[in-house]
Amino acid sequence: MIQFEKVNKRYENGHDALLNINFELQAGELTFLTGHSGAGKSTLLKLIMMIERPSSGRVLLGQKDVSKISRAAIPYFRRRIGMVFQNHQLLFDRSVYDNVALPLIISGYRPREAGRRVRAALDKLGLLDKETLNPIVLSGGEQQRVGIARAVVNKPSILIADEPTGNLDPELSAEIMDLFDQFSQVGVTVLIATHDVSLIERYDHRVITLQGGQLIEDGYRNQEGPL
Amino acid sequence: MSVKQTPRGATTSTVTFKQRFNNYRDHHRAIAKDSLQRLLATPIPTLMTVLVIAISLSLPAGLYLFLKNIQSISGQWGGQAQVSLFVRPQVNSEQAQQLAKFVGERADVSHTKFISREEALAEFKAQTELGDLLAGLDENPLPAVVVVYPKNTDLAAVELLRAELAKLGAVEFAQMDAQWVQRLQAMVALGEHLVLALSLGLAFAVLLVIINTVRLSIEARRDEIVIVKLVGGTDAFVRRPFMYTGLWYGLAGCIAAFVIVEALLLWVRGPVKLLSELYASEFKLQGLGFDLFGLMLLGSVTVGLVGAHLAVGFHLRKQNNV
Repeated sequence: MIQFEKVNKRYENGHDALLNINFELQAGELTFLTGHSGAGKSTLLKLIMMIERPSSGRVLLGQKDVSKISRAAIPYFRRRIGMVFQNHQLLFDRSVYDNVALPLIISGYRPREAGRRVRAALDKLGLLDKETLNPIVLSGGEQQRVGIARAVVNKPSILIADEPTGNLDPELSAEIMDLFDQFSQVGVTVLIATHDVSLIERYDHRVITLQGGQLIEDGYRNQEGPL
Repeated sequence: MSVKQTPRGATTSTVTFKQRFNNYRDHHRAIAKDSLQRLLATPIPTLMTVLVIAISLSLPAGLYLFLKNIQSISGQWGGQAQVSLFVRPQVNSEQAQQLAKFVGERADVSHTKFISREEALAEFKAQTELGDLLAGLDENPLPAVVVVYPKNTDLAAVELLRAELAKLGAVEFAQMDAQWVQRLQAMVALGEHLVLALSLGLAFAVLLVIINTVRLSIEARRDEIVIVKLVGGTDAFVRRPFMYTGLWYGLAGCIAAFVIVEALLLWVRGPVKLLSELYASEFKLQGLGFDLFGLMLLGSVTVGLVGAHLAVGFHLRKQNNV
């Protein structure tokens, strides 16, 4: 679903953010992306989101080389990717419902169909009774869940989460991880960027570790044998 | 009997063109309403921007109306344009009368009036105190005059007629008695050019005002734009609310300009009426009219949309791919 082939990313200031990155994520796979800050996690996510383009090598989404996607076509590809942001990135000038409905409005859904999907997403995240509230009155955990609802409302085939459990207590983190698990079980490719080691240790998922722009680990930590 | 049924997919996924169009229209309606509400939520800054646009519009519109009214006055007086043919001294009175008759029969001439040398002298004496001066002279120095009243009182046509009549052998020289009108009209033509230049300059100023105003509202919604783009919003989707902002500014500015110009007209209507009565003129003050208002509306809405489009374009380019 997501494939990196000899990907290098050098920024205009000469900084090499990624060096020769190779990996492939299958559909329905849940993977952690980890590494210290500055290791290249954000750059890697930006390449998947088509915010940045690789300096060399290929990034494939589905079977499509993102370098070959025109600027005008990028929005339509992004609609297949759900993104959960570190700082939620909710809009405080509208209700929870309208925040979650935004991707559907952008995709041109009919209001009734959009409403059905928004409520399904809110229901799944236990936010149905909060739909008319402004997200500013919600707790951090609830805001994060609104962000997840918005990311999945469009039924994306790829779900990217950037530090989704950043400011949450372990109990809430576990809840959110369960949700991601459920999505991966229905075939969504889930990539979770985090530096929360304890979170990674608690689950038995594939881990990709970056250090100084290089991929230094790709495998399952809790299993015996070779990586 | 078994009926073979074609398998049917999810019915909700089939969206007809009409539904698509309705969705799009509903979306536009919602965005238009939202943009308007955002403007009304900050009434004072919005009003100030609208007034800047209104003043920039009403200035050239007002000037244009002023010129148009002057033109209509001069047009009326141009209607009295006539050509005076001064007859050569060696032509006798009878011949001069024949000239008047001959010219009067032309297709483009309504009628002529013959003023003999004696009549001219009498008129001169009656109108001025200089009669005694003339009495001292041996003979009457004044020529006979044929006053020609043209059918077509358009100044260009009268001028053409004058030039033709000047070529007649018996005519010493031909004079059009509407030269001041001509000069006025030339000045009005110059004024029209200046109004056009002023309009273009002010349209540019309005464009800058709109770009700057929309830029500020873009800044206020910067986070929203980033999110919209990351969840797959096209540039057109990002641009749409701001296009409506530009549209509303254009519309509101034009309507405010209309009110300003009409109020100004109302204000000068009284004095103008008095003045035209004193001149026993049929003159009626011309208002903006449908044409000019339509032109203003078209111009200000266009400038509003172009300004908004440019402002969003600058922002999207600055924001790069996000």
